Amino acid sequence: MPAVSKGDGMRGLAVFISDIRNCKSKEAEIKRINKELANIRSKFKGDKALDGYSKKKYVCKLLFIFLLGHDIDFGHMEAVNLLSSNKYTEKQIGYLFISVLVNSNSELIRLINNAIKNDLASRNPTFMCLALHCIANVGSREMGEAFAADIPRILVAGDSMDSVKQSAALCLLRLYKASPDLVPMGEWTARVVHLLNDQHMGVVTAAVSLITCLCKKNPDDFKTCVSLAVSRLSRIVSSASTDLQDYTYYFVPAPWLSVKLLRLLQCYPPPEDAAVKGRLVECLETVLNKAQEPPKSKKVQHSNAKNAILFETISLIIHYDSEPNLLVRACNQLGQFLQHRETNLRYLALESMCTLASSEFSHEAVKTHIDTVINALKTERDVSVRQRAADLLYAMCDRSNAKQIVSEMLRYLETADYAIREEIVLKVAILAEKYAVDYSWYVDTILNLIRIAGDYVSEEVWYRVLQIVTNRDDVQGYAAKTVFEALQAPACHENMVKVGGYILGEFGNLIAGDPRSSPPVQFSLLHSKFHLCSVATRALLLSTYIKFINLFPETKATIQGVLRAGSQLRNADVELQQRAVEYLTLSSVASTDVLATVLEEMPPFPERESSILAKLKRKKGPGAGSALDDGRRDASSNDINGGVEPTPSTVSTPSPSADLLGLRAAPPPAAPPAPAGAGNLLVDVFSDGPTAQPSLGPTPEQAFLSELEPPAPESPMALLADPAPAADPGPEDIGPPIPEADELLNKFVCKNNGVLFENQLLQIGVKSEFRQNLGRMYLFYGNKTSVQFQNFSPTVVHPGDLQTQLAVQTKRVAAQVDGGAQVQQVLNIECLRDFLTPPLLSVRFRYGGAPQSLTLKLPVTINKFFQPTEMAAQDFFQRWKQLSLPLQEAQKIFKANHPMDAEVTKAKLLGFGSALLDNVDPNPENFVGAGIIQTKALQVGCLLRLEPNAQAQMYRLTLRTSKEPVSRHLCELLAQQF
Amino acid sequence: MIKFFLMVNKQGQTRLSKYYEHVEINKRTLLETEVIKSCLSRSNEQCSFIEYKDFKLIYRQYAALFIVVGVNDTENEMAIYEFIHNFVEVLDEYFSRVGQGLNPTSGLYCMRQATELNPQLLPIYTCN
Repeated sequence: MPAVSKGDGMRGLAVFISDIRNCKSKEAEIKRINKELANIRSKFKGDKALDGYSKKKYVCKLLFIFLLGHDIDFGHMEAVNLLSSNKYTEKQIGYLFISVLVNSNSELIRLINNAIKNDLASRNPTFMCLALHCIANVGSREMGEAFAADIPRILVAGDSMDSVKQSAALCLLRLYKASPDLVPMGEWTARVVHLLNDQHMGVVTAAVSLITCLCKKNPDDFKTCVSLAVSRLSRIVSSASTDLQDYTYYFVPAPWLSVKLLRLLQCYPPPEDAAVKGRLVECLETVLNKAQEPPKSKKVQHSNAKNAILFETISLIIHYDSEPNLLVRACNQLGQFLQHRETNLRYLALESMCTLASSEFSHEAVKTHIDTVINALKTERDVSVRQRAADLLYAMCDRSNAKQIVSEMLRYLETADYAIREEIVLKVAILAEKYAVDYSWYVDTILNLIRIAGDYVSEEVWYRVLQIVTNRDDVQGYAAKTVFEALQAPACHENMVKVGGYILGEFGNLIAGDPRSSPPVQFSLLHSKFHLCSVATRALLLSTYIKFINLFPETKATIQGVLRAGSQLRNADVELQQRAVEYLTLSSVASTDVLATVLEEMPPFPERESSILAKLKRKKGPGAGSALDDGRRDASSNDINGGVEPTPSTVSTPSPSADLLGLRAAPPPAAPPAPAGAGNLLVDVFSDGPTAQPSLGPTPEQAFLSELEPPAPESPMALLADPAPAADPGPEDIGPPIPEADELLNKFVCKNNGVLFENQLLQIGVKSEFRQNLGRMYLFYGNKTSVQFQNFSPTVVHPGDLQTQLAVQTKRVAAQVDGGAQVQQVLNIECLRDFLTPPLLSVRFRYGGAPQSLTLKLPVTINKFFQPTEMAAQDFFQRWKQLSLPLQEAQKIFKANHPMDAEVTKAKLLGFGSALLDNVDPNPENFVGAGIIQTKALQVGCLLRLEPNAQAQMYRLTLRTSKEPVSRHLCELLAQQF
Repeated sequence: MIKFFLMVNKQGQTRLSKYYEHVEINKRTLLETEVIKSCLSRSNEQCSFIEYKDFKLIYRQYAALFIVVGVNDTENEMAIYEFIHNFVEVLDEYFSRVGQGLNPTSGLYCMRQATELNPQLLPIYTCN
């Protein structure tokens, strides 16, 4: 490597640079530059041919001028000429200029590529390296197209010099990252793996980087790297501190290479070969042992490098999550770091420990550090360290320490940084609910939350406390008493008023016996807050008042007076005005009985995953490490969680809007004619009543469709018809689905309501609603005849593996359906994981003595669990790129079956469930969408793009999701819609 | 994975930048301003890792010069932290004192050398 020497000539350059540095003003600088530019221009244009040295010098000056921020519009040709020089320094300056200044559309690109090609073939290692560096630095697609095929050859050629191999590996890595499709896989991949055995550490380091990147896409092709990486690692770890000479950094042998090897191993599961595994475990133990030995150097560099390896070792141990002994040792090591004087180490230890806490083997060991972590939360001066401590407390929390952790987090909340308050609030709320043993503690905790950080308590949190109080008889009295006391504070947060208003409206009667909280006192306490509150809260309070009239008839006159006041009846806000008018009328017109029915206590809320948990996950975003851990831990601790539920064992699936009904702006009593009762309340969610439903006939378009498309007889269901009964607990076998089943199903891919099936006897209507991974479906069976159906029994069957993918709970329906009558069946659906085949609906009944049976496909397809996701164009493309593995993409080109109308297409895509993103695709004709499929076990991100070609009457549909079968399945589903 | 490598002085001027992921030129300026702002506001008691948007910044200060590396969450913070120091030692070796100004050719040399030591870093070029 030529060293920099002052005597390397280019005095002119040094003079020029120092001139520029000495310029007193911007103007002087520009003047000096212009002078120089004129000089260089005249030299380049001059008749006299310039020698290489002068060319190099002038090109260098131009480069310097460019780097100062000026445009350079000449000199490119001279730079390209330098490429063919045989002098290293000249060639090097040429390449430097090219890398910085030449863009891909330049006409010179052919000349440049030619020069690069010559250098690559030159067998001069220095020149080859320069060429490779240039390709990597430009890294453009064009460069990739020109050279991607050559570089693997250079990389694995037996006669390539070490430095060339190293540069080739990095160059290939760069090209692969820029455009993976250009790098051809082939027999060279196997030989790349063997570079891990190379004698030259630089080559090994470069090769590890390359393999780590490549193996993510084709893990199987590079499987053999595991054993090679282990033996390489073992050699490094066990080498003496000076064995590796240049690659020893402050007495630590090859720290960065070790880290890279450990990271490569994290791409794979633990090695199966016992010998390899034994050797690896030995390595990991050696690293842990070394951490305990006295340092070989007092220098901080030494310990930093050592700790880098240690942290990576611990991540690998956590990744394997199979060696209890190592996990506990890792935990103890991190425990030591928790009290280290270096902030960096404390931060990293907290971060690693957070992932350790989710392993069943080390959870207990992590818990022993609770006091240190709490202390960190109190005393750390760095907010990011405190945040890590809070995360760790959350992760290590279980029933045994919940009270301590929650109270510490509450205390921290009082002084916490604003940026993280909402997250802490969510975490406290979740822990309090998850590990609540007695619910008075839970209620206290949440009320404390509102008191301390009311502004950061989101709707989900206070909705949740109301749900739990409503569902638990034993805590209602306590809750009423506590909120009553809390409301007596002179200044209380509006969220407290909301919770208080709701709870007193429901359960105020439980404390009315005490003269200190008699009904008039309760009312005046609430009403004293009324005027300071926002419209939403006031609306809620009005509902509380009407409930009071029902609970406490003695307050009727006072409350009617309040409702009648001009400020209510003529309130500028329509919602408040309407409530005042309706409630006033309701209270004066309805008899006590009617009032008692209408304003009956809220029925218990159906249980499901806490909405707060969902919110926390959303906040962290899918893919965030700790969010995943939450999921893992939740799964394992479901039994504990179940304690909260009134019906603990059932995985029941509520109406998605059930909880919101009572809590959103319009509480159920607000709709005066609505009779009470859970079922009916839920039906109200839909815009029209159930009676209006089955009248929907097939639209002409659909009729057209059914003529056009022959029924698909090759339906996979035919295969499933046999195994299905085995999975079905039902008493009888069910028949194969009717031939039209697929087609009927297709009609419901983009819509949720309509007629699923109709013949002379029976009409089946569907109404459904889906949110997150939950759904509720109403099936309406209409008897079209005048004769009663007997033994009417509709059942849902899960063919094949579906049982583990989708939980469908059905309610029984009456066995008789009178002529002309309609019965309704409610299905609660929970998507557990991604699924490909829909469940079957089997309907049997006797009509006039003859048994009838019918098997349909239930219109539940994976896209129903889509959550639309809005994102900016940039995010979209970034994610699109991230999902670039070939299996993640599914594409279909197909002929349009319907007229190509942009509005109809839009409606279909929205009905499909994805968000439509405008201004993402440069072509306005195209549609781009994004969404997340929510299942209980995992979330699948999904991006789609539909390109209509009106001329050819064709579409091209491309789906990319993080899960391969899902891409294909969605693509097929959606393609049938156009 | 390293997303970018920056050398910024205390006045907030970028002395050297290299991006390993495409970032538009006008967004770079904004990013660099924000990055240096968050580094300057830190005290000695705070750790050298900053969570910034969806990635992490790892920084070290040498007199008036900050070296900041942006990485995604699969990177080993400690390894990068020490790598910065290694890089500075190499610069020091070549130029005896790491000042603010590097002329383009010296930039090339030092980057070549740094690449030798840790190939993770492809050549970085001065650009202002």
